[in-house]
Amino acid sequence: MLDKVPPSGIRKFFDLIASMDDVISLGVGEPDFATPWHITETAIRSLEQGLTMYTSNCGMLELRQEVAGHLKATYGVEYDPETEVLITNGVSEGVDLAMRAVIDPGDEILIPDPSYVAYPACVLFAGGQPVWVPTSCDSEFRLRPEDVGVRITERTKGLLMGYPSNPTGAVMELSDLAKIADVAERHDLVVISDEIYSLMVYGTEPNCFASLPGMRDRTIVLGGFSKAYAMTGWRIGYAAGDSRFIGAMTKIHQYTALCAPIMGQVAALEALRAGAEEAGKMLEEYDRRRRVVIKGFNEIGLNCFEPRGAFYAFPSIVSTGLTSEQFAERLLLEEKVAVVPGTAFGPSGEGHVRVCYATSISNIEEALKRITLFVKRCRSKKRARD
Amino acid sequence: MKQVFEILEKDSRTTPEEIATMTGIPVAEVEDIINKAERERAIVKYKTILDWRKLGEAEVLALIEVRIQPQMDVGFDALAERVYRFPQVRSAYLVSGGYDLALVVQGKTMHDVADFVAEKLAPLQGVQGTVTHFLLKRYKEDGEILVSGEEDKRLPITM
Repeated sequence: MLDKVPPSGIRKFFDLIASMDDVISLGVGEPDFATPWHITETAIRSLEQGLTMYTSNCGMLELRQEVAGHLKATYGVEYDPETEVLITNGVSEGVDLAMRAVIDPGDEILIPDPSYVAYPACVLFAGGQPVWVPTSCDSEFRLRPEDVGVRITERTKGLLMGYPSNPTGAVMELSDLAKIADVAERHDLVVISDEIYSLMVYGTEPNCFASLPGMRDRTIVLGGFSKAYAMTGWRIGYAAGDSRFIGAMTKIHQYTALCAPIMGQVAALEALRAGAEEAGKMLEEYDRRRRVVIKGFNEIGLNCFEPRGAFYAFPSIVSTGLTSEQFAERLLLEEKVAVVPGTAFGPSGEGHVRVCYATSISNIEEALKRITLFVKRCRSKKRARD
Repeated sequence: MKQVFEILEKDSRTTPEEIATMTGIPVAEVEDIINKAERERAIVKYKTILDWRKLGEAEVLALIEVRIQPQMDVGFDALAERVYRFPQVRSAYLVSGGYDLALVVQGKTMHDVADFVAEKLAPLQGVQGTVTHFLLKRYKEDGEILVSGEEDKRLPITM
């Protein structure tokens, strides 16, 4: 089964970046901010106090209670912290656990294309079959119910989606999600909703798939702290759902991970209790950069729909006449700007590159200047060829 | 509107056009907001934080605690003005606690600062005592961390 999971096709490209100096990277999938100091300081204090042991397999009860409180206060969805919340090693582990808990060999899992790179791999590792559901720029990379519907077979077990989306920055409004909920209801699908970026939205409200009528009991919500609170290295996420899912996931988790690291859990607790102000400041800063990026790419003529979530933009590079991989590789070699080819996230990413704006405005402005030069060169070559 | 000032506070060179892009507020409106704040001196000044040592210029800074005698009718203000008018005084604050004025004083050498304290500040009528702390290292100023740089420690590409 391991053979079915291809090694990342752009490994060579990553190695190339690592060997170069003075690269402006718009290819980093994590915040450029350090964790807010009050969170780090709380964890340091807990270490000083000797909190260095295992926690309950499910995670510290206090943290599970706080997570349940957060989900209720923000989305109105209620979970029993004793049996319906599991603290994981980041959302990454949550995706893996959910797939292993849900999939019987041969089951099909629908995944929006393009999506975060781990989704199809985790489905395959769990003995399932990933099935891409294409999304496109025309619908701002939202998942359309009709595209889901036509791919459902008798083996379809569930839908694994992540909105706001890495790599596109797309969001699904509640009205969009409601249409997907109808499909899930009709075909009795389990929905695994990766909501790691849920708090990072611009000009719209955060939402949660499980909050839709009838969806709570068929949904596994995956969330975490890495992005909104700039805590990627702490490796703390959570899963919330009906106890039949969380119980199964906990069983796997207790034998494979035992528990998430306690210092990270202490930090996550502080983030939930007192991190909103700092998270809000970071979000404001991302929003400014987001506007600069969208305007910049559209002025260059690399058409970029308005991404309203996460910290990614997904401009089209079709007008350059290059493929996504060619664009990314040549931009890196010629102008020392790193972006990730859209195809790294699925076949529908062709014609696009992922641009992460979790970097300073001055870096973004310099990168846009270099991309302008690069695109001009590409276009004049293309005209000469045509 | 607060956003406009937050952006300028971080980088006062940001143009109204750039601020408009970042915030979605029309350029003309951004300009109005800035002009009004300048008129009302809510924006006091645009300046640059320098590390003079890197520019090869000697610079000595000292924090000076000053105890002063408040005066009838004018309290601390009159004497404070006598003190803060000296060009050597970069910042001056009236503070609570064991002393009254907290000053940041600048000179080219330690002698410059010592002479200022001994010849200008201490002899002023009403000044009851001074304590001088020379600054040894600037770690952070106006919200900016000055030591070690804030280099990006992230991997250059992550998914």
